[in-house]
Amino acid sequence: MMMGFYIVISQHNLIKKIVGLNVFQVSVFVFYISMGKVKGGTAPVFLDGFEIYSNPLPHVLILTAIVVGVATSALALALTVRIKDTYGTIEEDEIEALETEDQEKEKEGLP
Amino acid sequence: MIAAHLPILQVIIPLIVAPIALIMRDSRTVWVLTLSVTWVTFSISLTLLIEVLDSGNIIYRIGGWAAPWGIEYVLDKVGAFVLVIVSAIGSIVMTYARQSVEAEIPDDRIYLFYTMFLLCLTGLLGIVITGDVFNLFVFLEISSLSSYVMISLGRDRRALTAAYRYLIMGTIGATFYIIGVGLIYMMTGTLNIADLTVLIPSVSDSRTIHTAMAFLTVGVCLKLALFPLHLWLPNAYTYAPSVVTAFLAATATKVSVYILIRIVFTLFGDVNILEASGLQNILMTLAIIALFTASTIAIFQNNMKRLFAYSSVAQIGYIILGLSFASQIGIAAGIIHLFNHSIIKCTIFMGLGCITLRVGGVSVKDMCGLGYRMPWTMAAIVIGGLGLIGIPMTVGFVSKWYLVRAAFEQGMWPIAALIITSSLLTIVYVWRIVETAYLKPAPKNAPNIKEAPLSMLLSSWVLALASIYFGVNATTTLNIALEAADSLLNGGLK
Repeated sequence: MMMGFYIVISQHNLIKKIVGLNVFQVSVFVFYISMGKVKGGTAPVFLDGFEIYSNPLPHVLILTAIVVGVATSALALALTVRIKDTYGTIEEDEIEALETEDQEKEKEGLP
Repeated sequence: MIAAHLPILQVIIPLIVAPIALIMRDSRTVWVLTLSVTWVTFSISLTLLIEVLDSGNIIYRIGGWAAPWGIEYVLDKVGAFVLVIVSAIGSIVMTYARQSVEAEIPDDRIYLFYTMFLLCLTGLLGIVITGDVFNLFVFLEISSLSSYVMISLGRDRRALTAAYRYLIMGTIGATFYIIGVGLIYMMTGTLNIADLTVLIPSVSDSRTIHTAMAFLTVGVCLKLALFPLHLWLPNAYTYAPSVVTAFLAATATKVSVYILIRIVFTLFGDVNILEASGLQNILMTLAIIALFTASTIAIFQNNMKRLFAYSSVAQIGYIILGLSFASQIGIAAGIIHLFNHSIIKCTIFMGLGCITLRVGGVSVKDMCGLGYRMPWTMAAIVIGGLGLIGIPMTVGFVSKWYLVRAAFEQGMWPIAALIITSSLLTIVYVWRIVETAYLKPAPKNAPNIKEAPLSMLLSSWVLALASIYFGVNATTTLNIALEAADSLLNGGLK
């Protein structure tokens, strides 16, 4: 979990940031799934011979969270494509340099 | 029959209309559709508020499943009040939106904008009305994802990076939130807010719950842009289309504040978490730092949208400060300021939107002499600015008055002094606007400009007048806020 979080903070490449974000989210999913696991339990389907079942609720929650996660990554990637189109780079420091240029252009227009 | 289903209709209507808007494509039709949806949700939420005030909390079981198994929608006084704020702002912004959107967003993307707007509205209304912590997360993500898209529709290319940064920060915030929810679920085995209120006190001493509390608070504070977690906000507000800024500034952060209220005073209501964990001091300190830092940065901004974005960070400081007193008056002050600040900021950003439409930009040089060239628009902005300072007869005065009273009530007079000093900083930046707009001459070669179109002016003025009306006659809002604060402190959803 912390690894993913660290990647998000430390990386300057926008794609790598998204990868970090995914690692971070997936680790939370695994955390939920492990929470629902009951020792010796099987999948919660009624069958003869099995009496202990895992808690299905966290698993269901995570299905929803996975969908949210997919949507987030898709949107982030789409934004990255647009950024690449307009700035010509996906390195954060280069983008920042271009943005400072933008800002200075704005300032020159001031009285 | 239909009246019993109002709570769910509130959320379902915009959700269903969003894909319809996507299919319709024609920008004018889609606008009419969205406009009618926002007004319908507004009338529903007003009905709900009246019902809650008359006969107590509304509980709606989805699909008829009882609470711990099914998801329920719960509305108490705070919820109903915030619901009205969100839907009211939504409907007024939509009335205002058409010309501004047509000017700022490329034609082939306009229908996408309205779709996203509807989804965002769904998410925000859903957060307020739901009684289930995980369902809340889903709505939080619906509203956030659509707001990232809306921000990225801005004309400036920096809108894209602003949206990207907001996405990263927002997702981290939301993920922190589900970690917190997971930890709580581990200890209690339930996700229902009313159930959690009962179960948490018995396990509140465990380290798991403390960790959960930390994750939840940090996650939500990222979303509500409490200093120093506000870094995404200024760029996002500056480069988003004007309509989006007006809508998000007035609702998105406010709804996040509502989540914080729910966590602190409802989930952990029975264990007095604010004092027990030292959170009270942390929030109070951060809020005060926010007041001063953000206001000071705002003074030096040349772009008006950016200036008011920083001022938003400061105003959120006031709201959190009110909540952190954890007394009835303090919380009421927070809730009132939540309402007042929505009105004020929406007025100002709408006014700035009118200027963008007619002049093309909102930097200081664009503002010179505007007081005479667009008198009505500027007057609305100035009324909003006076409200920010907290001049008597405007809404800002009511909330500051209650904040100061709450501070005195607890014997914290240094804080009262700090609140008043920080208002001085507000005067500085509001005065700068007045100065450029009314005292500086317009540039010689300035093109002749018309006043903004009627629908835009009218909606800005409705809010500007509302900010005066609720400043002069604050009894209605005050009573609701005081009752809401009372119900939060004594039992919440039970």
